[in-house]
Amino acid sequence: MPLLVRFLAAALSLAVGGLVAWAVLGLPESAGLREAVTAQMDRSGVSHPVTAVLLNFRGYDTLLEVAVLLLALIAAWSLRLAPPGRSPERPGLVLRELVRLLVPVLIVLAGYLLWLGAHAPGGAFQAGALLAGAGVLLALVEVRPLGATPPFALRLLAAAGVLVFLAVALLAMWGGRLLEYPPEWAGLLILAIESAATISIGLALAYLFRGDEPTTHREGGERT
Amino acid sequence: MSAVLAYGLAGAALITIGLYALIVRRHLLRKILAMNVVGNGVFLVLVALAKRSAVPDPVPHAMVLTGIVVAVSATALALALAVRVRDATGQATLDERRGTAAEAGRGRDVPG
Amino acid sequence: MDAIAQLSLAAIDVVLALALVGLAAGALSVRSLFTGVVLFVGLGLLLALAWVRLDAPDLALAEAGIGAGLAGALLLAAARRLAGPVHRERIGDDEEA
Repeated sequence: MPLLVRFLAAALSLAVGGLVAWAVLGLPESAGLREAVTAQMDRSGVSHPVTAVLLNFRGYDTLLEVAVLLLALIAAWSLRLAPPGRSPERPGLVLRELVRLLVPVLIVLAGYLLWLGAHAPGGAFQAGALLAGAGVLLALVEVRPLGATPPFALRLLAAAGVLVFLAVALLAMWGGRLLEYPPEWAGLLILAIESAATISIGLALAYLFRGDEPTTHREGGERT
Repeated sequence: MSAVLAYGLAGAALITIGLYALIVRRHLLRKILAMNVVGNGVFLVLVALAKRSAVPDPVPHAMVLTGIVVAVSATALALALAVRVRDATGQATLDERRGTAAEAGRGRDVPG
Repeated sequence: MDAIAQLSLAAIDVVLALALVGLAAGALSVRSLFTGVVLFVGLGLLLALAWVRLDAPDLALAEAGIGAGLAGALLLAAARRLAGPVHRERIGDDEEA
């Protein structure tokens, strides 16, 4: 790469970074939106402020985010990549036993984090990450996650996060505006959305790791 | 030095390093890593600024949480595309000197 | 909080911030792609620690799980596929830049 391009790139990067650093140094003390959030917490349906902001006050962003994840999954599937080559030897005993121990623990932890998100740090994304980890482990020992489930059901589950969120958002329009949950139902609605989102996130991330999509015929893969 | 200052400046440094690497490095995987580094730098700046009050502002936390998931989605798709590029052309770099990487690649014809 | 605790926490912050910058620079400049990915996963884990120091436990959980864990798995799987043809012998010898 010619020296001039490198020099210009360095100058640009330093300029951008320098502006950010200047902003960090120069911004005044401010509590931000914390008081506004705290004032509305009892109408949000949960008691953890980050969850309230994520699922209620800024629910629109989260809806779009779950949709982006689904879109990435669909796009990756549409590329029709060949699945990664199977390793010639069977996965070792240690790995198999470890997966056998870890996957149930991960599922229980995921459920725990999902429930915890209403009143403590946790929630759908962290729980979904644990489920995705379980899916990755299963892929490493060449077990398809939810191997026997028909592919349409799997695709539906992957889309369930977006669908449930969208349904709740539109249903909220009955009494108010888009995504305006009625306060007495808010906690339950948020739990429903988070549960669907957890499953979707776990499935989507696990399938993004695997690369292949659910099909009707199974190769000679293992099923525990 | 307060935590805000240290991590905010670290975030700015990450943005600088990542942006430079994004432009200059030729290998696709390196560019994807650079994009992620820029994203992490931005997250650092946001969360550091949220800590200016003793109890942090929850709104930037929610934004960064969204950002982490979106970044991983984009990375996953970018990696799938890079693998596709590699399968189709035999090289995984953006190289002006065509033919150099083709010799090192699988021996396919590189178009153009 | 007494002075020693405060001083050590400040030291942890400075060291962590420097480590983050160092890991990022390293991940993007080492010759081997595999090493770069490993350093990037390390960056993600240290970033999770930074979130803890910045009172963002939700972010720490998510960063450790998604940012370091999932992204690391994705990147390693792709690095294997994107590495140069010599990767069969030694996974460290990848294409430059």
